[in-house]
Amino acid sequence: MSSTVQQFPPFREPQPAHDDHGHAEHHEPGFWSKYIFSTDHKVIGIQYGFTSLCFLLFGFFLMLLMRWQIAHPGVPVPLLGPLLEKVLGQPAAGGIISPELYNSFGAMHGTIMVFLGVVPLAFAAFGNYVVPLMIGAPDMCFPRVNMASFHAYFLGGAVMVVSFFIPGGAAQAGWTSYSPLATTIPTDGQAFWLIGMVLLITSSLLGAVNFIATIIQLRAPGMTWMRLPWFVWAQFVTAFILLLAFPPLEAAGVLQLMDNLAGTSFFLPTGLAVGGQLVDRSGGGSPLLWQHLFWFLGHPEVYVLILPAMGIVIEVIANNTRKPIWGYKSLVYSVLAVGFLSFIVWAHHMYLTGMGQKIATFFQATTMIISIPSVIILTCMFLSLWGGSIRINTPMLFALGFLPMFGIGGLTGLPLGLAACDLLLHDTYYIIAHFHYVVAPGTIFALFAGVYFWFPKITGRKMNEFWGRVHFWCSLAFMNIVFMPMFLQGIKGMLRRMSNGGELYSVAKVPGAIDALPGNIIQLNGVILWAAVCLGIAQIPFIINLFWSISHGEKVGDNPWRATTLDWQTPTPPPHGNFTEEQVIEHGPYEYSVPGATEDFTPQGGPAKHPTAHSHTSADH
Amino acid sequence: MDIPYTIESRPDTGLYNAKLGIWLFLASEVMLFGGLFSAYVLLRVGAAPGMWPHGWLNVTLGTINTLLLALSAITTLLAWAACKVRDFTKFKIFHGCTILLALSFLTIKSFEYHDKLIHYEIKLNNGTFADGHLVEKSPDFDLAKKTGTVTLHGRIATDEKDLMDLRSPEAKSAKLDEVTVAATDIKSMGNYGPRHNTFTAIYFTLTGLHALHIFGGTVVIFYFWGPGSRMWKTDPERFTNRIEVSGLFWHFVDLVWIFLFPVLYLT
Repeated sequence: MSSTVQQFPPFREPQPAHDDHGHAEHHEPGFWSKYIFSTDHKVIGIQYGFTSLCFLLFGFFLMLLMRWQIAHPGVPVPLLGPLLEKVLGQPAAGGIISPELYNSFGAMHGTIMVFLGVVPLAFAAFGNYVVPLMIGAPDMCFPRVNMASFHAYFLGGAVMVVSFFIPGGAAQAGWTSYSPLATTIPTDGQAFWLIGMVLLITSSLLGAVNFIATIIQLRAPGMTWMRLPWFVWAQFVTAFILLLAFPPLEAAGVLQLMDNLAGTSFFLPTGLAVGGQLVDRSGGGSPLLWQHLFWFLGHPEVYVLILPAMGIVIEVIANNTRKPIWGYKSLVYSVLAVGFLSFIVWAHHMYLTGMGQKIATFFQATTMIISIPSVIILTCMFLSLWGGSIRINTPMLFALGFLPMFGIGGLTGLPLGLAACDLLLHDTYYIIAHFHYVVAPGTIFALFAGVYFWFPKITGRKMNEFWGRVHFWCSLAFMNIVFMPMFLQGIKGMLRRMSNGGELYSVAKVPGAIDALPGNIIQLNGVILWAAVCLGIAQIPFIINLFWSISHGEKVGDNPWRATTLDWQTPTPPPHGNFTEEQVIEHGPYEYSVPGATEDFTPQGGPAKHPTAHSHTSADH
Repeated sequence: MDIPYTIESRPDTGLYNAKLGIWLFLASEVMLFGGLFSAYVLLRVGAAPGMWPHGWLNVTLGTINTLLLALSAITTLLAWAACKVRDFTKFKIFHGCTILLALSFLTIKSFEYHDKLIHYEIKLNNGTFADGHLVEKSPDFDLAKKTGTVTLHGRIATDEKDLMDLRSPEAKSAKLDEVTVAATDIKSMGNYGPRHNTFTAIYFTLTGLHALHIFGGTVVIFYFWGPGSRMWKTDPERFTNRIEVSGLFWHFVDLVWIFLFPVLYLT
């Protein structure tokens, strides 16, 4: 602790290379091959990013409509009501959201947010754009497979969106699609959902193979495993989870598709009756089997949502504390442990299914164990702040916001992991609050941090700092006003998936009865609704900032954040093939403020020492 | 821009990109079929006593198909070896054999499917079951209007359980004959398609998905054997890699069958 603090001279950015006279040997590709059928990982990353941000907004609007219905059951939706009736017809008659429509909005909100919004943004968009740059690779291992991955994703998204407009509307059985409900609803929405999912699973499979192969095969010389930025480690483990956890859901999807289309009974028990009528099926299937196969994906999926986000937070924190990340090795081993353990915790979603006490005990134990590496990761993030000279900017604000928000989400998960308390809290708003804290102010904040952080690399301009801060503080406030009351509602026993938002409870005017919800708990629905509307309004500065800054943001050079990792050692925006010269890596990922160095950051690597390699203008041989 | 290690191996991993890629892909395929096999196990364990079928599939045809795939694995390996020693003619012969073997497999498989789809179980109003292969339906046969008759080559069983174990001595000694049933006597009628019971459901799903893999693999191998083999003249090293990678996929598909055959046919 007695070592003197070295003062670093003010940073002067190297002159940007004059490459606006263009690379003569590259002829400019046309619109189709440049933006639609591109095999360049950066373009594919942007395609993924743009599409998934649109889906996030779409999923958010579905949620707003649901929140209106919960707060004001049976009252026509203001502003959007007539439009809904026009587009969706009978299920939205009079601009009122019918229970069927509410159910399909609920199912599709979850599906869109998880499979079309957050995963593609966190894994595919950031992974595609940043990972090859960070490891010093010219592109992904299989560029055409990469393109196919995006096209499969886009097609899957299209199938999901189209399913809103088919007779009967989109899937109504929740994002978990539990059988036999998913098979006995007499509309085609579920079949569309399943086909969409098969396409999305194909997409993520192609992406995962590509990511793992790229990280193993295309690391630049000197980029050893322990020199990988932790973001790359997080994406590596995420890719393995996607590779191995998604196929069982694909298997389950195929089986449920057979149930829905070919009349089989994989998930339909013997003697199933719907509406008092015996179903004309052979029976003999197992509804529990669906849940096992679904959650075998479903739980690792949680870590698919969170690990890339943690990776972004680590990069932003290291960069803005200007010191090495605390416990790099612990972080690496923790993320590997999380990846492995995430495969053996799935049945903690199923304590109430009657699967048996012994199985519940096993999964309760593994669930408690997996919290250890997760806590190590979060602790390393907190400890990294200690003693740093922290630069506050928009990405850092979002990264700092992530820490307590994810902390709340994670810690409120512990009671759910214990079977005894879960019996009480299962299927209540407590669950909704818990996982939204993990994903919304947790993961999505980290993703915002990533957008603000890498925007200068993509465009050569910074996003507006003032509006970025407005976006952060408003989002932070309204996120909490939206989700915090749900903990209370859940503990008081308000159930999720009710289209009337607990109205049935509130009309039960039995004095002192335990099953009646207090009026103030029901009134919280109104608070949540308006907080959600404000949360939506708070995103407007972000959307405008994003597009406005592409052409009007403050111009910056190649390395505006003065970062060490290789993604900042390329020209901006990185050209096709990424690096103008071969990179040789000689340093760890977070060598900030190294005593004796000339700057307060030491880039991981640089051009190989060719005799002529020092001039920027001689880049193109 | 060139992506490194598309042809030559990376020294520290000992792999070229596509080989690593296919192994990762196969890992996910293991999980896919693993999920389906676990479904099989759970459905079978959960079946009501005496209601899981035995001996419903033709072991002879299954054995022939097993041998066909085993042989195709050998020809695939030899085709790759021929590429390695730069003998293009032998490559053409061996992979030609692979394609023929694969098509024979699919042909036999479709005969087996057809056999199941013309096999009917008819629940009669008197509580017995007529079970057998469809011989003919009378021209005016209509189940909804209760007109006409249907003729099966099979037998009448008093209990559905008697139809489950076709390896039992009773089932083996049962006489098969032409049975004609009037539509007015029929309570319900269905073939041994996927919806018949959970066994046919998982049988059709597992073998169907496997057959799709066979079909996909055959298309790829046919492409490399036919139009894609032009690469031999320009880049034999890369072409050999392609044969190796597609061969790895083919071996995996064979391996899946090695599990499917005993699980579905022999137990």
